[in-house]
Amino acid sequence: MAAVTQTAPRRVETERPQRSLWGDAWRRLIDSSAGRIGLAMTVLLILLALFINLLLPYNPARDRNLRLRLQPPSMLMDQPTQQRLKVDTWSYPFGTDELGRNLFVRVLHGAPISLTVGIFSVAFAVFFGALLGMVAGYVGGWVDNVAVGIMDIMLSFPSILLAIAITTAASGPDTFSTRIFNSLATVPGIGRVLDQQLFNAMIAVGIVEIPIFGRITRATVIALRNQEFVTAARATGVTGNRILFRHILPNSLAPLLVQATLTMATAIISVAALGFLGLGAQPPRPEWGTMLAGARDYVVQGKWWYPAFPGLAIIITVLGFNLLGDGLRDALDPRLKR
Amino acid sequence: MLRYTIRRFLGLIPVLFGISFLIFTVLRLIPGDPALAMLGERATPQQLAQIRAQLGLDKKLFFDFSGERNVFDTQYFGFMRQLLSGDLGTSIVRRTNVSTELSQRFPATLELTLAALLIAVVVGILIGIIASLRRGSAIDAGSTVFALIGVSIPIFWLGLMMQYLFAVNLGWLPVSQRLDTEFSRGFQGVTGLYVLDGLLLGRPQLSWNAIKHLIMPAIALSTVPMAIIARMTRSAMLEVLSQDYVRTAKAKGLRSRIVVMRHALRNALLPVVTIIGLQLGGLLSGAILTETVFSWPGIGTWIYAGVQGRDYPIVQSGIIFVAFVFVVVNLLVDLSYAFLDPRIQHR
Repeated sequence: MAAVTQTAPRRVETERPQRSLWGDAWRRLIDSSAGRIGLAMTVLLILLALFINLLLPYNPARDRNLRLRLQPPSMLMDQPTQQRLKVDTWSYPFGTDELGRNLFVRVLHGAPISLTVGIFSVAFAVFFGALLGMVAGYVGGWVDNVAVGIMDIMLSFPSILLAIAITTAASGPDTFSTRIFNSLATVPGIGRVLDQQLFNAMIAVGIVEIPIFGRITRATVIALRNQEFVTAARATGVTGNRILFRHILPNSLAPLLVQATLTMATAIISVAALGFLGLGAQPPRPEWGTMLAGARDYVVQGKWWYPAFPGLAIIITVLGFNLLGDGLRDALDPRLKR
Repeated sequence: MLRYTIRRFLGLIPVLFGISFLIFTVLRLIPGDPALAMLGERATPQQLAQIRAQLGLDKKLFFDFSGERNVFDTQYFGFMRQLLSGDLGTSIVRRTNVSTELSQRFPATLELTLAALLIAVVVGILIGIIASLRRGSAIDAGSTVFALIGVSIPIFWLGLMMQYLFAVNLGWLPVSQRLDTEFSRGFQGVTGLYVLDGLLLGRPQLSWNAIKHLIMPAIALSTVPMAIIARMTRSAMLEVLSQDYVRTAKAKGLRSRIVVMRHALRNALLPVVTIIGLQLGGLLSGAILTETVFSWPGIGTWIYAGVQGRDYPIVQSGIIFVAFVFVVVNLLVDLSYAFLDPRIQHR
């Protein structure tokens, strides 16, 4: 971890305990209000996503209750209505949809879907982006020119358009993406959060985000390629691969982590947008964007609660990752003052 | 400056070629037979073959080495020839001329995007200035929260909620489309920008009706760029306001309004202009979603319908067209930046 930053002590202390870069960053993250709130929100969401199936088992395929179609949140009903419909004040806090499904339950069960999809697509983008950026930056020459050219073209695209094109291209009975998904589907538990279409959307969003990470990694590699510690390593006979992975790559971890967190936010919105356009998760899966697509027809009828709550869930999730990303950026790069 | 401009424009050519190549390749990977989509399941093999030949789908993708045809008589080069001649072919599903449809649809998207950009720039810069002048106040904190929520809101959700509140519940604005039927029936635009057309044709009620239809989609589309512009303006203003020349201007007794508008804002706007240019991709992405929510007959809903109907010529032309617009506008923003800031040196 050479040559990243030297942090000046916050206040004068006679014997300052030694802390690592990451320990310092953690302290700064917890000290900032954006970081603290963002961290709390994302941790709560992740816990919710992990345990929701144990707390509140749910089977979207069999869930319907036609007696309670499109009812408003139960605490907004008056007493006679509650008695007539035989519901308690708190049994349907978000109301019901056109099949009488409890929107509260469905919105909670959307959390594992959106988080899984966000994490997978960002991990995909980070992996291939970092690889592309490293090779481009380290090899240089025409390889670099081609890589930068491809990344520029991809960045010069409105992201949803490219994602739509890729999602459409990936769906079909026997595409590459289908085969990957089929082998992935044998892993137990995967089917609960992913389907073929959602998987395609996830890959599409991942592909669209590759150049963001490619650029960051390439910039770090180029900046460090001719630094003294790299030259020294090379002089002592360290191989190219080892220099790349042990000496250069760790230095790009901090910017990659910050960007990955912020990209989680956009990835979750993008996948929801594809779901809204009918290109992501398919009903009855309780994905937030797909639920909003279902709600579209009922807005005109004044059923405001149907779109309201899935949308709020998206906002809270995205806000959490945005805050955490901002906090991480300030914590990991003390040179950057806001 | 002129040489720089020319060089930048020449630099566009490989980018545009790259984009068209990328789109062509990605879309040809789409499974499903357009000929089958056109004729339906009951088509005979002969009919299918005929349609395929008509669409050029029987040709090889990139190069034909079979010797039966010219090496370049392939789908890709045919496509490039069409693109360069400006004739984008015929819609597979509806049999209409793609170029004509594109030219009818584009003004709708242009009007929506321009209106959104206008709202985003005016309101965003205003919020940014006020926040920077009242640094640390409740207004400043409010603007920060607004900016954070603005970039975290899915605009299609915002569109739906506005539809409920302002159209369904309050009944102030129309739910969707560009004009009420009493105006749209038989209406032929001049420029295709209906607000402008109404004024040009001397029909102010039509303009007013168009504006009422435009308000909600434009506001929904403007939120993300507005939040980003407000944030950028605030930090740029704060930086400029701490400069010596601003202090000098204040010290020599100029009214604060003049200092803010003439000394600070002018210099703070430079980075804001760049940010505005960068928002364009987001605006075009957002236009697809906004148009879907509000049934706005623009390029977004057009491409979307093309994807649903597996209509290659439409999807292909639509995506390439939007990407071209995006690249060219970005270049213009870049150039205007260089023009506005004499400190930028060109090699």
